[in-house]
Amino acid sequence: MSLNQIKSDKTTYETFTQEEYMVMKDELLRPVQRTGKWGKAWIAFLVVVCLAGLYAYYIQETRSKYLTVSLRDYTMWGVYISNFVFFVALSLIGVLMSAVLKLTHFEWYRPLSRIAEVIAVAAIMLAGVSIVAAMGRPDRLHFLFLHGRIQSPIVWDIIVIITYITTSLILLFIPLIPSLATCKNHLHNKPKWQMKMYEWLSFGWEGTPEQWKILKKSIRILTVLVIPLGVSIHTVTAWLFATTLRAEWDSTNFGAYFVSGAFLLGVAGMIVAVAIFRKAYKLEKYLTPMHFDKLGQALVLMSFIYIYFNVNEYLVPAYKMSSLHANHLLNLFTGDEAAVYWSVVFFGMFMPAILPLFRSMRKPVPLTIIAVVVVIAAWFKRYLIVIPGLAHPYLPIQDVPESWKHYSPSLVEMTIVAATFAAMMLIVTLFSRFFPIISVWEVAEGKLEGKDEIINYK
Amino acid sequence: MKEENEQNSRRKFLKFGLLAGGATLTALGLQQNILGEAKATTGEKVKVMTADGKLVEVDSALVNHHAADTHLTQDQIRQGIEGRRFVMVIDLARCANERKCIEGCQKMHNTLPPIEYIKVKRMQDAELTAPYWFPQPCYHCDNPPCTKVCPVDATFKRTDGIVAIDSDRCIGCKFCMAACPYSARSFNFGRPQQEAYDKKNPCDDDHCCTTKASTVGTVSKCDFCPEHAAKGELPKCVTECPNGTIFFGDENEDTVSNGEETFRLSELLKSRAAYRQFEELGTKPRVYYLPPVERQFPFEEAKEAHNREE
Ligand code: SF4
Repeated sequence: MSLNQIKSDKTTYETFTQEEYMVMKDELLRPVQRTGKWGKAWIAFLVVVCLAGLYAYYIQETRSKYLTVSLRDYTMWGVYISNFVFFVALSLIGVLMSAVLKLTHFEWYRPLSRIAEVIAVAAIMLAGVSIVAAMGRPDRLHFLFLHGRIQSPIVWDIIVIITYITTSLILLFIPLIPSLATCKNHLHNKPKWQMKMYEWLSFGWEGTPEQWKILKKSIRILTVLVIPLGVSIHTVTAWLFATTLRAEWDSTNFGAYFVSGAFLLGVAGMIVAVAIFRKAYKLEKYLTPMHFDKLGQALVLMSFIYIYFNVNEYLVPAYKMSSLHANHLLNLFTGDEAAVYWSVVFFGMFMPAILPLFRSMRKPVPLTIIAVVVVIAAWFKRYLIVIPGLAHPYLPIQDVPESWKHYSPSLVEMTIVAATFAAMMLIVTLFSRFFPIISVWEVAEGKLEGKDEIINYK
Repeated sequence: MKEENEQNSRRKFLKFGLLAGGATLTALGLQQNILGEAKATTGEKVKVMTADGKLVEVDSALVNHHAADTHLTQDQIRQGIEGRRFVMVIDLARCANERKCIEGCQKMHNTLPPIEYIKVKRMQDAELTAPYWFPQPCYHCDNPPCTKVCPVDATFKRTDGIVAIDSDRCIGCKFCMAACPYSARSFNFGRPQQEAYDKKNPCDDDHCCTTKASTVGTVSKCDFCPEHAAKGELPKCVTECPNGTIFFGDENEDTVSNGEETFRLSELLKSRAAYRQFEELGTKPRVYYLPPVERQFPFEEAKEAHNREE
């Protein structure tokens, strides 16, 4: 079947018969068809970390938090909150790597979009978990619905996060429907319930022209919708801080600063995810050096944007050095936190802005290393935004025990944080073991429409 | 109609009587407002004393019988004491860092160090200016940044100026603590020593305030001792200070007192050039400071470190 024939008869996607498409299907379904030894070990490892986190949470909630958690009256928000901000930021990966690329017709988005959307959904869920871990009275969680009041930025955050989760889930699910039909038809030797699940979830998908039309239209609408939603979840998360009078958060720059940081983290996260899936699931044919090249360029762009907002956030107040800000700024620049602060500036912003400018650094291996460093730096960046300022309030801290002045997370806190990461990866892993992590039809469509740069990148 | 009005005004009157001193009854005003109808009268009359000392007879349905119960109901805690606007004035010229206000407050609220609802800080504004001691309670701001952010209305501003906390409502998100620029709030992390102390000294109505510090996982802070205020008594930090540093009173009455001296609030604020901490933040505190001029004591550095114990 030639290209022209397909173009003239656009509604027959699901009737492709060419060999190449079958090969593609086989390759993309392989991780779902079979989980190897290492795959199982990886899942087991994640489950163990998650269980450790659950046990840590059990200890935290049943024993005195004064002993299990390092939080005190001054530093009353710790790694749970900074971890929450990190996960909200990470969830914007879906907006950037799927929605924005799709709408701007960057065709190389095709194999990436589902990976990005799963990570987005998993991250936003774990953001919620982090918040519950931070609550003093999780048993009163339902009070938010019983007594919630709209003046509070927390309530705004809950509203936008719930909307974002819902939209992202639908946006993940709808393009999945044809893939579910593919799973149903092509997987074999799978337990009955799993086949039932595919059948049930695919809602009787037959691939009729009518169905395709509806599918495409809903994807388009949701894709447009998810962008402002994603931007607003992170902006409102920034407002949780910016609506207070504390010097370190008292900034009109905060929303844009957070969103730009999230985009940088999104690109870095994507690179890491692509590298892992590529190797672990042998998807080198689909996740190509071309993707690393493009993502490396995106990394440079996002780093420069983030640097721009950081200059506004730190250097402008530092130039004035008002006495309200001095305390906290000097602590970051030259005080206790200086080592972390400057490492984050260097590894989290300048390195990803400069290194991938060189083509050789945009090759899969070096770029993955850069991206891993950026992700780690991004986590510490949230730590720096949330925590050190709390120990430098306007009025001096006096007459308190040592532990009230310096916060360093306890074992329980770090275990729970580790478990949130494990849980996020577990969600993504399990998803990829039940559903093709690369959208078969989207890639095929791109190829058949002459967008074979995706596969044939030299 | 007329009878209804009469009943209404009587109810108001009773409520005032209760809150201002006739602390033996709990008016049902709010409850009835919600139900939208007056409670059926029983025909049985009881004698009650009003604020100005008159005996009146009312239907027993209008009063709740709580012998010597000074504990305020949740509704009253939210409303505040009618007709009052509490203020505090702290004379920095008198503070000698004796920390008696802290101790009095801790006893009063059943808290153990290092939890201090009122703190005394060593302040020095610039290198060449003189250091001074700075007692710092919650400022009960008129534009409170903490109540704005509470997602469940667990901390709120009352009509009498007090910023209070409903510890049965608080979900422990600590957003109000992040929002307070004065770090006035405390969180109950369930410190074991405190827990044990709470068990030994249960909070009873006689010496305890509305904000229950003993609720683990919630926020607490200085509450201006509303139960005492309702009885016309001064908070413990005021009465415990040997130097009369802290004055408490009512803006509507334009008086403040430290138990021994009483001043006209407006005069005092004017003549002593009072200020409020961080006026530029726009929080509008209800606590005024008198600058440390013509001090009663020379400044002495603290001899020992306090609250070392974890
Ligand atoms: S900690 Fe309690 S009082 Fe403070 S904002 Fe949260 S729910 Fe409200």
